[in-house]
Amino acid sequence: MYAFNYHRPSTVQEALLLLKSAEDGKLMAGGQTLIPTLKQRLAQPSDVIDLGRIKELVGITEDGDAVVVGGMTTHGAVATSPLVEARIPGLAALAHLIGDPQVRHRGTIGGSLANNDPSSDYPGAVLALDATIVTDRRKIAADDFFEGMFDTALEEDELITSVRFPVPAKSAYRKFPNPASRYAMAGAMVAVTVGGVRVAITGAGPCGYRWTEAEQALEGGLDPAAIDGLTVAADDLNSDIHASAAYRANLVKVMTKRAVEALA
Amino acid sequence: MSEVSFKVNGSAVTVDVEPRTLLVDALRQNLGLTGTHVGCDTSQCGCCVIHMDGTSVKACTMLAVQAEGSAITTIEGLAQGDELHPMQAAFRDHHGLQCGFCTPGMIMSAVDLLQHNPKPTEREIREWLEGNLCRCTGYHNIVKAIQAAAGSAVSSPMAAE
Ligand SMILES: Cc1cc2nc3c(=O)[nH]c(=O)nc-3n(C[C@H](O)[C@H](O)[C@H](O)COP(=O)(O)OP(=O)(O)OC[C@H]3O[C@@H](n4cnc5c(N)ncnc54)[C@H](O)[C@@H]3O)c2cc1C
Ligand code: FES
Ligand code: FES
Repeated sequence: MYAFNYHRPSTVQEALLLLKSAEDGKLMAGGQTLIPTLKQRLAQPSDVIDLGRIKELVGITEDGDAVVVGGMTTHGAVATSPLVEARIPGLAALAHLIGDPQVRHRGTIGGSLANNDPSSDYPGAVLALDATIVTDRRKIAADDFFEGMFDTALEEDELITSVRFPVPAKSAYRKFPNPASRYAMAGAMVAVTVGGVRVAITGAGPCGYRWTEAEQALEGGLDPAAIDGLTVAADDLNSDIHASAAYRANLVKVMTKRAVEALA
Repeated sequence: MSEVSFKVNGSAVTVDVEPRTLLVDALRQNLGLTGTHVGCDTSQCGCCVIHMDGTSVKACTMLAVQAEGSAITTIEGLAQGDELHPMQAAFRDHHGLQCGFCTPGMIMSAVDLLQHNPKPTEREIREWLEGNLCRCTGYHNIVKAIQAAAGSAVSSPMAAE
């Protein structure tokens, strides 16, 4: 790991100032992606700004018809929150499938979304539940957030403060995990929301996306057979040592059908 | 260099480390607590699992400076004098280890599981161990040891001395 200066601010304001004044500063949340990256010398920030002591970023609250998850809330806290379990059990179940217990004890929703790993799980929930990503300066709709592989609508110095999930009628997530890392080779989250059925796919393409054909097919009813007639083109899907694009294309259908089955 | 103060196995310590020093290196090199192992550089093997403020975490995926003010327990902190912790005793009795490299992390992870879930099912134990890799045992006896530590009757003969 290359050397860096370390800072531990106690407010968002302080963190943003530190980020601005650093030559090449990097925020650190749970460190479950950043620290392995630093260890491999794939990044060389001048300053690491640890968000770990900013209390205002942690916690899960109910706000009207939405559940609001603070940016520094861990996957473990979401997975075991009685509030999330009661209001959006599909979200708690998704968080429970991320990595392993120790990764869930440290890794955060803000870190996961900012990183936007193509095989991460949260994009599925954010897109299917039509969540809003709240930052230090604005609100970003789920549909505008994920821009490409490891690429989001966030500006260089923008900080995710919370994520607002409208409570759906029901939702379910199914993923095919990589057997070693547990990252999604393909995952599908299906939700019945006030705006209709939403189907989000993660793990398969460069970043999470909505599968609109499947949404239309399910408008007539939550029947897994409705997915059968759809074709998934492999052209834009990821191909790596774990799975070919064609295999992922098939997984997209299978995971979607399983999620629909869980809802029906 | 930064001074970092925290508690390890009940004793207050201060170490002088660089910000980039991993917690696992501070434990092993500055404090001589070599029971916490390093088995990978990808945060996947779980040999380095310790407890920070009562929760299991990977000491290889934390900076030492992040531990400031916290209370850490390592494998060395489980036994009471000569008396093994019940989880350690169960691993010994049920042959839950062969080379022993993964064992400190397995035990720290398993102790955390029983804190949250005192009577886990076999499936819950296996799911909980997703972040702990063992290249020797094939896991069955590890699962049995944890079941035994949780008070379930399991049938495995006492390991030979
Ligand atoms: C062994 C292992 C298995 C894993 N398996 C899975 C899995 O199955 N599914 C999955 O989805 N993920 C998985 N992960 C990734 C894990 O969920 C990470 O926790 C997550 O991707 C990053 O979150 P973090 O809080 O650790 O962020 P960090 O690593 O601290 O930061 C990641 C990036 O986000 C930026 N950032 C952090 N917080 C904010 C913020 N609030 N605002 C703006 N930018 C911010 C940082 O600057 C950095 O660039 C795994 C990780 C490991 C080590
Ligand atoms: S040393 Fe492998 S996970 Fe920590
Ligand atoms: S006992 Fe050898 S790695 Fe587990």
